[in-house]
Amino acid sequence: MGGRFFFVSSCLGRFYFAIMAGKVKWVTDIEKSVLINNFEKRGWVQVTENEDWNFYWMSVQTIRNVFSVETGYRLSDDQIVNHFPNHYELTRKDLMVKNIKRYRKELEKEGSPLAEKDENGKYLYLDFVPVTYMLPADYNLFVEEFRKSPSSTWIMKPCGKAQGKGIFLINKLSQIKKWSRDSKTSSFVTQSTKEAYVISLYINNPLLIGGRKFDLRLYVLVSTYRPLRCYMYKLGFCRFCTVKYTPSTSELDNMFVHLTNVAIQKHGEDYNHIHGGKWTVNNLRLYLESTRGKEVTGKLFDEIHWIIVQSLKAVAPVMNNDKHCFECYGYDIIIDDKLKPWLIEVNASPSLTSSTANDRILKYNLINDTLNIAVPNGEIPDCKWNKSPPKEVLGNYEILYDEELAQGDGADRELRSRQGQSLGPRGGRSRDSGRTVLTTWK
Amino acid sequence: MLQEESDLSLVIAQIVQKLKGSNLYAQLERQAWASLQRPEIKLESLKEDIKEFFKISGWEKKLQNAVYSELSVFPLPSHPAAPPEHLKEPLVYMRKAQGSWEKRILKSLNSMCTELSIPLARKRPVGEQKELLNKWNEMGTDEPDLSLFRPVYAPKDFLEVLINLRNPNYENGDSLSFRTHLGLIQVPLKVKDIPELKEFFVELGLTTGQLGIDDSTQVPPELFENEHVRIGQKVLAEQDSAAAQQYIRQGSPTALRAELWALILNISSQPEDILYYEQLKTNVIQHDLLVDSLIYKDVKLTASNDDYYFVFEDYLYQVLLCFSRDTSVLGHFAYNSASPPKSYIRGKLGLEEYAVFYPPNGVIPFHGFSMYVAPLCFLYHEPSKLYQIFREMYVRFFFRLHSISSHPSGIVSLCLLFETLLQTYLPQLFYHLREIGAQPLRISFKWMVRAFSGYLATDQLLLLWDRILGYNSLEILAARAYCQLL
Repeated sequence: MGGRFFFVSSCLGRFYFAIMAGKVKWVTDIEKSVLINNFEKRGWVQVTENEDWNFYWMSVQTIRNVFSVETGYRLSDDQIVNHFPNHYELTRKDLMVKNIKRYRKELEKEGSPLAEKDENGKYLYLDFVPVTYMLPADYNLFVEEFRKSPSSTWIMKPCGKAQGKGIFLINKLSQIKKWSRDSKTSSFVTQSTKEAYVISLYINNPLLIGGRKFDLRLYVLVSTYRPLRCYMYKLGFCRFCTVKYTPSTSELDNMFVHLTNVAIQKHGEDYNHIHGGKWTVNNLRLYLESTRGKEVTGKLFDEIHWIIVQSLKAVAPVMNNDKHCFECYGYDIIIDDKLKPWLIEVNASPSLTSSTANDRILKYNLINDTLNIAVPNGEIPDCKWNKSPPKEVLGNYEILYDEELAQGDGADRELRSRQGQSLGPRGGRSRDSGRTVLTTWK
Repeated sequence: MLQEESDLSLVIAQIVQKLKGSNLYAQLERQAWASLQRPEIKLESLKEDIKEFFKISGWEKKLQNAVYSELSVFPLPSHPAAPPEHLKEPLVYMRKAQGSWEKRILKSLNSMCTELSIPLARKRPVGEQKELLNKWNEMGTDEPDLSLFRPVYAPKDFLEVLINLRNPNYENGDSLSFRTHLGLIQVPLKVKDIPELKEFFVELGLTTGQLGIDDSTQVPPELFENEHVRIGQKVLAEQDSAAAQQYIRQGSPTALRAELWALILNISSQPEDILYYEQLKTNVIQHDLLVDSLIYKDVKLTASNDDYYFVFEDYLYQVLLCFSRDTSVLGHFAYNSASPPKSYIRGKLGLEEYAVFYPPNGVIPFHGFSMYVAPLCFLYHEPSKLYQIFREMYVRFFFRLHSISSHPSGIVSLCLLFETLLQTYLPQLFYHLREIGAQPLRISFKWMVRAFSGYLATDQLLLLWDRILGYNSLEILAARAYCQLL
């Protein structure tokens, strides 16, 4: 009796071990329920970072250490992480602008029609980032630009911070004198990156709905940069300011009017915890189609897809396309009253905190769909796989741009926008340098 | 035959009478005088030539639309000798029930007034007027203390009244038969059954294309959507109300909806309309009404917390506060079973010369009232147009959802229709819900009273309201409620 019992239990023990051996081992240093619930529902096993792990959802600090030259971390084939080593090329405000400027110059040099300019010298198709300068480095260039339109408002943003921290608006040169003094003594003062700022032309004619300013938060998943393969999450949202927008200069200090970060709005008196001041992108689409018409709305959304793809193409050459990496970015976009979208910034670590019940559901599903694409079948990953998941697992993602498909034979590929129509003429289908460009958008 | 003819002449006479007082009449007169300058107008054939001119210039169409608009609210044919109360509501017991319900509401309002020692109306001091004018576009940020205000009534209170409605001439008998109605509504009104509904809603049949279904991403647009949009654009170009109403039965494309609804409701933003709205705004600035606080409270409780509509909070105040002061709304009481509440100048209770309607438009808002306006904010962002559309929707449709009447689109009929459908076609579900004490009407009532606003995603809701306009009937709400339980 006892012997049989022992036999059964050791059998079970080996059975257990066999099952567990096939389970993905995960680590995270971001303690958020939307993440952990997703790992657990896949039956994955939590381990610590010192053990053998397969999947590590890292904070941006950790990724810095993992790939830093000193530690010389080598990831094995069955290990995946959620950031690219030098994601900051896209996600730091100053580097993003630098890379886009470089990309535009390159296209111009090779005579690409994409880099065409209008009679005022503005790029026709690549003017999607507000005029930006680095401070203190470009201080003098900035002053020159400022003097051209002295009544304009500019927004100062610290390069390395997030959630709206440290941002302020200026409309007088005197307000940023600090950065000019430093630049004069730059040879003696080592600028710590913490003090580096970017200053951008403030979009003071944002599209208003119900009299309120809002911005768009869109999620974009990149599984590889070369070839570029990226997906757009269909369920993005609009973040509304709780206070009515006014461009009046007296309200420049009122951050509740100007900044749409939830982290800031949450502390406003009128913040509502039921809807969190958020609208789905579908609501926005319905509203714009109903009040402005279908064509201009379609054009707006096509442009949004376009600028996201262009921003990724701009950084693709400098990105360390490590095969162990994928990344889910939070794109912040503002639409002005002429229905032109502007790229404000890209976040490497979009917030996983949920401010409302709807929010929690959205972020849970976002992580779920992201994991389905990045870790196929929820099994132990092999980073050598071709990173081409079948259509069925995309969930709420849709292919935004697939460089391989685009360069494949035949022009019509499956680049579908949320209405099931192909991404508009600017959908990046054949926008690679060297290819003849379709002129349908002119 | 003769009777029909004389009925028709009567209708024509009444409509002509109505239109004579309208702005359109003045415009037509002006146009006719101006046309005398034209070379093609000859004295010998003056009448025909002017008629021809009206046809070509589109004025005939405008007149047609106006007539069509009047017809849509025209009361059902009745006995020529019927007194005006019969136009409001032919059945006596319904009139009585509505009367006592109104008394209750007014009592509740008055007692709140006394309790809180707030006058029903007061003139604002100049300083307050200036302040309100400055804040006109952001009244939502105002946070008056509304804790002591309660909504005058909520849909569930109204449901209790409907449940107790009885026809004194109707004896059901104690014995249960297959004819016994097991729902909450116990009045014998005629409602359509499914074959009749199928006939009425023939355009919603399976073989006809529908927006909301046949324009989904899986269906190639060439099959239905493209052609439907093309026809919609043509209808708009023709500016024909009746055609628009027919067209919209299959749903409206989002980009055309705002214009189509305006065409069907015969709303065009003339300078007079904008001026009228501005006048109402001035009234709001000058006088404060108790109902204003009720409106504030309602918006704060409902629309401000809604995922879709919170953005438009300020528009809702701008529309509803003006609405309360719009005496032109009183006109709809001719065919509404309800009557506007009367209030008396202080100290002159009972003296008719000192009676005024309160609020000026005769409509006391209840909990959820602001949700009638909210979905319209997705279509119109110009306040006076938004206002006009809402007002027209109210006097054509929404008023029927909170007054007791025997009209087929009245809430009583809708409830009965819903329950009858359920009992006839889903009897097991119906009995089961009754057994566990969950009468289905208690669940669906609030959906129907609000015309589903706040209970459906906006795109779905707008498609539903397309059909209300298309069929000039609210019966679709009962059908929708029934489908929700399927």
